[in-house]
Amino acid sequence: METKTKIRWSEYNKEIADNKFFYLRSCIRQNFNPGAEKVFLSILQNKLRKEVYDDPHHTTCSGIGYHSDIVPFETFQSMVARQFSLMTERGYKNCAVSCITSFGGYNEVLSTWKEFPEELEKTRENLLKATGRTFEIPENLSHACDIIYHFRKEIATQARYRLINKETGEPLKIVDHIGCHYAKIFPEKGVGGSEYSRVLTGMIEAWGGEAVDYPERRHCCGFGFRHYLVKNNRSYSISNSRKKFESMKPYQPDMILTNCPGCNMFLDRWQYALAQIEGKVYGGENGIPVLSHEELAGLVLGYDPWKDIGLQMHQIDVEPLLNKIGVEYDPKQKFTGVRGQYINEPEFTGCLAKQD
Amino acid sequence: MYSDLNQRLKADVRLEEGLQACMNCGICTAICPAAEFYEYDPRSIAITVQSGNEEKIAALLQSDTIWYCGQCMSCKTRCPRNNCPGLIISVLRKLSQETGAFIKSRMGRQQYLIVKTIGANLLQFGYCVHPTSLVPATHPEQGPVWRWIYENMQEVYASVGANLDGDGPGALRKISDKDLDELHQIFEVSGGLKLYQTIEYFSQRKAIELGLTDPNGEADMEKYTQYLLNE
Repeated sequence: METKTKIRWSEYNKEIADNKFFYLRSCIRQNFNPGAEKVFLSILQNKLRKEVYDDPHHTTCSGIGYHSDIVPFETFQSMVARQFSLMTERGYKNCAVSCITSFGGYNEVLSTWKEFPEELEKTRENLLKATGRTFEIPENLSHACDIIYHFRKEIATQARYRLINKETGEPLKIVDHIGCHYAKIFPEKGVGGSEYSRVLTGMIEAWGGEAVDYPERRHCCGFGFRHYLVKNNRSYSISNSRKKFESMKPYQPDMILTNCPGCNMFLDRWQYALAQIEGKVYGGENGIPVLSHEELAGLVLGYDPWKDIGLQMHQIDVEPLLNKIGVEYDPKQKFTGVRGQYINEPEFTGCLAKQD
Repeated sequence: MYSDLNQRLKADVRLEEGLQACMNCGICTAICPAAEFYEYDPRSIAITVQSGNEEKIAALLQSDTIWYCGQCMSCKTRCPRNNCPGLIISVLRKLSQETGAFIKSRMGRQQYLIVKTIGANLLQFGYCVHPTSLVPATHPEQGPVWRWIYENMQEVYASVGANLDGDGPGALRKISDKDLDELHQIFEVSGGLKLYQTIEYFSQRKAIELGLTDPNGEADMEKYTQYLLNE
């Protein structure tokens, strides 16, 4: 694991491929915010005219199992190798990774193979024996947020909306939360490293908003793998998120921007759970909207919040944010099915049920 | 059971990555979210493993302590010696499970619950998480919107362009039998299934020790699951 003292900004940057991506999906994002992955592919293909391949044959990387210790490192390496084998089979050399746990895991495996070539050889043997597959190591491994960051200025030139309050003309105040495994394990693999992450603030500023720092910006959301997965331990998760909400509350953010599928879901759901437990709302009209980099990019580019991005799958309402930006949307379409028919709606949205 | 612990820890390349030369400064503990929440001190774990004291390492393997880490890896970023206590924890947890030491602690025993949820999802669906296994009754924190998604699953996922259980690409597509078979083979060849079985074997022994058995005296794992959830 390499770490060195940075002496100039260029050393905080990383190489991000320009084109021809092999897409690797996220278990959590597919479950909770599948529209984010859909709009990411659409932005790359239809707005930026890039080539990206969505392979039906790839599976989970098993990273959640690995970090909750039920999947051994040997198995995890072989699972990662299979993803690379699929990439190789399709003729791609650049991975675009949706999940932060996967991204950190792929980097851990690549680092291990570099420092311990015998682990690479063992993995090649395991994969060949199990599946008959061989693989090449990717030339470039970027998280989806790296790619959106890389093209943030092109997105800004095509943007239909700016992150500016249309009533006041002031930039929207946005706090970011970077998933731990994006850069804490390998700071050199993240834009801005771990301490001075720029990957999300770069987008915020390119699209007209104001990135607001807050004391616990670098604190974990609290997923903790086994701590959320085992019901008995969930107080660990919610306590860590609460610490973040307390820290950002004084800055009255208009939204929280995330790059990690898990963090995105937890910071959304725990606001609801804390309100139910404490009766406290940490900001916004009934909670602070939490969006990922793909979702925010989709919004500024004018994609439909419901049908294209799927923002109705968030517990915290996004409408206050849409209204501030001036996004055109049809409120009646929020809880409709494929053909636009009403399919009933949640008991309530946001942190607390609205009083009639 | 608890012999050659040092040697077994050092056989894992991750220990070489995670523990190079700890100087006991405690920055890892200062930054650690788990140290803030639990009686947990990654500094002392690094020092214990570095000391090579077999007795103390055996005690760690049987303790709740090694299960407190949330694997955020904040310790890696800040360590001035480039150690990674979170990675040391991964190595200790693996050995704790292989030796059966994990059933000696309340937090360790929870590994059985993870095998039965995430572990089962992996093999059944090819995903760590699947919407059908996120039952609102056991996930009240997910709130009313998740309940709405869960109760209208096909329609909601289709309306946002997902491909739930469908053929071809897309979010939550059905993983084909051939691809699932490759996943199973990987787990078989690389030790994934063996670890599941090891966790289950020791958990069954613990269930019997606790008297959680069926009329034939076999471990009743439903009762054991309920025991763990209420422990």
